[in-house]
This record gives sequence, C-alpha cells and structure tokens, in this order.
Amino acid sequence: MNPALSKSGQVVEESAPPAIEQPAAARVTRVSPVTRFARSVFEITRKDLLVEARTREILYTTIFFAVSCVMVFAFGFVREGRPVQDAAAGILWIAIAFSGTLALGRAFERERHGETLRALLIAPIDRPALYLGKLLGILILLAAVEVLVVPLVALMFQAALFSHALLMIGLLAAGTLGFAAVGTLFAAMLVRARSRDVMLPVLLYPITVPVIIAGVRGTAALLAPEADLPMARAWLSMLVFFDVVFVTLALWTFEPVMTE
Amino acid sequence: MKVRTLVLAVLLFAGPAYAQQPPARPANPDGFVPVDTPINAQDTIPAPRLVGIAYGFIWVVLFGYVWSVRTRLASVERELQTVSKRVGSGGH
Amino acid sequence: MRKLFVPVAVVAAAMFLYAPFMILAAPYESTMGLVQKIFYFHASCGMAMFAAAFASGIGSAMFLFSKRPAADRLAVAGAELTSVIGLIVLVTGPLWARKAWGVWWQWDARLTSTLVMWMIFNAYLLLRRYGGPGSDRLAAAVALFGMANVPFVYWSVNVWRTLHPKTSVIPSLQPGMRGPFWFCVVAFLLLFSLLLSLRMELERRRQQLDELYLAAEGD
Repeated sequence: MNPALSKSGQVVEESAPPAIEQPAAARVTRVSPVTRFARSVFEITRKDLLVEARTREILYTTIFFAVSCVMVFAFGFVREGRPVQDAAAGILWIAIAFSGTLALGRAFERERHGETLRALLIAPIDRPALYLGKLLGILILLAAVEVLVVPLVALMFQAALFSHALLMIGLLAAGTLGFAAVGTLFAAMLVRARSRDVMLPVLLYPITVPVIIAGVRGTAALLAPEADLPMARAWLSMLVFFDVVFVTLALWTFEPVMTE
Repeated sequence: MKVRTLVLAVLLFAGPAYAQQPPARPANPDGFVPVDTPINAQDTIPAPRLVGIAYGFIWVVLFGYVWSVRTRLASVERELQTVSKRVGSGGH
Repeated sequence: MRKLFVPVAVVAAAMFLYAPFMILAAPYESTMGLVQKIFYFHASCGMAMFAAAFASGIGSAMFLFSKRPAADRLAVAGAELTSVIGLIVLVTGPLWARKAWGVWWQWDARLTSTLVMWMIFNAYLLLRRYGGPGSDRLAAAVALFGMANVPFVYWSVNVWRTLHPKTSVIPSLQPGMRGPFWFCVVAFLLLFSLLLSLRMELERRRQQLDELYLAAEGD
C-alpha cells in the first residue's frame, strides 16, 4: 500500500492547512491509527464550524425558531400568568427536539447543495470518523442554541433550572447527544432521498421517544418543589445508556447505509 | 429459501409469544376497584356491542389485507406479462 | 414453500372456524364479563405483531449487511404485517379497555411501546413508498433502530409510570381459558406465516418486474 495515499490525512506542511487529499510528492509522517482517526474527526468538525461561522445562518435561524417555539407553547400552557405544572420541562425538550430537527435538515441540505458529502465519502477517511465529525459539529451547534433557550425557558416559565446546574447540564448533554446521534445518521442517509424534509421528522421522533421521556422526566424531577435528585440521576443514567447503545449502532450501520 | 424463512419466522415468535402471556398479577390494592353503586345503564356501552365491533373489525381488516395483496399481485403479474412480451419482441 | 401453503391455509381456516365456538364455551371472567372475550383475538394478534416486527428487524439486518434481495422481501413483508396486525391490536385493545378499565387509553409501558413500535414501522413503510431510490437500505436502518428502541421505550415508560397508580388488572388465566387462548394463538401465528409468505411472493414479483424493466431499458 502506498504510504503517501494511506496516510494522506496526516501530511504535515507548514504553509497550507492540512488537506484531505494530497499529491504523492508530499512529505509523510507516521502516526498511529487513533491519532489519524481523531484528526479526521477534528478536520470534519472544523470544516463544518468554519462554514457555519461565516454565515451563521443555521445558528440564527435555529435560535429564532426555538424561541418562537417556546413562545407558542407559552400561549398554550400559561394560565392566568402562572405556567401549568411540569410545563417548563416538556416545553424545553420539545423546543430542543423541533429546533434540532430543523438544524439537522439545514446542515445536511448544505452538504447536498455543495455535493460535499459525496466528496467526503470518496475521500480516504474512515466512515465512522465522518459520522463522528458531523455529530460533533451538530452537537456544538445545538449547545449554542441551548445556552440561549434554557435560560429563556427558566425565565418565561419561572422554572428553577439552575438550582442543580450540574445535573441539568448532564441531562441536557446526554439528551442532546442521544437525539443528535440518531438524527445525524438519519439526516445523512436521507440526503439523497426524495421527500427528505418531511421524512426526517417522521423517522426521528418515534425513535427518540425514550430520549424525550427521560429528558422531560429528569428535568421535571429537578424542577419539582422538593427536587428529586435520585430520580434525576436515574434518568440521566438511562440517557447515558441510550447514548452508548445508539452511537454504537449508528457507527455500525453508517457504512452499509451510506455506500451505494 | 422460503421454507427457511418460514422456519425462521416460527422460531422468532417463540420468544415474543412467551413474553406476551398475561402476567399472573394479584389484584392491586391501589389499582382497579370495581364500582359498588349501581351504574346508570346510559353510562355504559353495552358489552356485546364492543365485542361485536372488535371481532367485526378484525375480520374486515384481515380480509381487506388479503384482498389488497391479491389485487396488487394480479396487477404486477399483468405488468410482468406486458413487459416480458415487449422484451421478447426485441426491445422498445 | 408453495406446497405447504394450501395445507397450512386449510388448517388455519379450520381453526378460525372452530375458534368462536371455543371462545363462547370458555368461562366468563369474573370482573369483566363478556368483554373479556375480545382478549383471545387481541392477545393473539399482539403476539403475531411482535413476530412480524422481529421478522422485519432480522430481515433488515440481513439486508443491510449481506444485501440479499430475499432479506429485503422479508423486511418489507414483516413491516407491512406489523402495521396491519398492529392496527388490529390498537383498535381491539381500547374496545376492551373501555369496559375493563373505564378509559379508552392508558400510558403504561406495554401500550406505549406497542404504539411507538407501530409508528416506527409505519414510518418504515412511508419511507419505502416516498423515499425514492435507495430507500430500501435506509428503511432497513430505520427498522434496526426501531427494534433496538423498543426495550428503551418500555423501560422508560415503566420508570415513568411507577410513580402513578397502576390501573390494569390482568388476572392469571383460569384453566378453562387456557385452551381457547393457545388455540387462538396458534391459529393467528399460522395465519401470520401465510400472510407473510403471500406478501413476500408479491415482493418477489415486484423485484422481477424491476429487473425486467432494467433489462428492457438496456436494449
């Protein structure tokens, strides 16, 4: 195997940023497969974030959508100035789910438009690295959205979302990871399908039901008048277990699903 | 291949069949409690009607599905014959 | 397989003809009375539905990793049967529950996970119908994820619902009921295998047609 081609992701050059494919004349350094994998993931995430940073289109539209979502739910669930019990937890997670679906759709629409997904599939990157890179990009985007939406929900629904901040952050992180893990796989595989805009929510929501249940009930446990910490921790551990199983499943099926 | 599939299918539902058995549960003290006071006849839906609707629905759906598969099969067979005739006569 | 079809159909038909007599002869359940008789078909359909879902899941996994067309046929047939039999389960259940529990629906673990599983396989069928080319492999991934999902839904709803009082009381089967129950189960499982093979035959003809079209275009 030609070493220049097999390690083309790691070619070290001072002048230009490391590119994915390199001519055979480039210098080669020997790196471990793990480092190569990690660097592929990092490069893909970096590319996504760079592209997004230039226009910030997905970020702004997703934030706006999440805020409108919360607002609309407020009309339904706030009676005489007081929110209905447990409304905050449910509304928060519904807003995350809806805006997450939107962000996923837009992110992969961008890939389809520029034909970059095809280029990435042809490039000599491990498929799992491609999946993880995209997943990380989506996670960072959703984290940015949640940083704004969570305080907003706390404000609008008078919910003490920060009283147990670490557990809350844990629930949000694990839940968003579970949602994004399934969502990234489905959005990637729908890129070339017809009716992809409506298909993504149709496929995503039934399968992420456990994530929503665990997220909402965990958050509700934290928001109860006497915060039920053991319950919240139980839900958090379920979310972590779900994440492990579904990220593994996604890594396993990404290759056969994405190949022609 | 089909026999294997059938055997596979039969083996597959051994597990779920076992799991679907109604569990032996004693009456739950904070659960279902039969009503003591006499119930107004208008408050309840007569049981025979529910049973009749249920069984009727099952038959309708099952027969409807068999009919649907048969119809689709017939139309695919017809299309197969037309296309194979076209191919047989040498291209479009 | 085709040789088995007619004998199995005859046996299944005979069983279905005899089943109502067995059901009527079975003892009445003490608290629910006549309405409980729905249970014989409802629970049997429940088993058939899970069998169909597993068949579709296995077919999908095999198709994703071996790309055999026969596996895809199993996946589609199983999914369609899950949807149809699931419809029966989800309609007859509430009809029984209205009398037994006083409400049409309950968010307990079994009902919720059945509903979610039914939705996932409906999504599978929608994807295959409207997803365009390549949707067979995408749908297979959906079926796999759907199958992996069911235990999680069951678990999460169980934990959620243990905080609420249970309102379902399913008594252990009296001896007089076990006979008709298992009779109906066998009848439905036979019917299921018949329908599965019928649907797979349809899929096989469709695949033949597709290949023929491709061959015709190639000329």
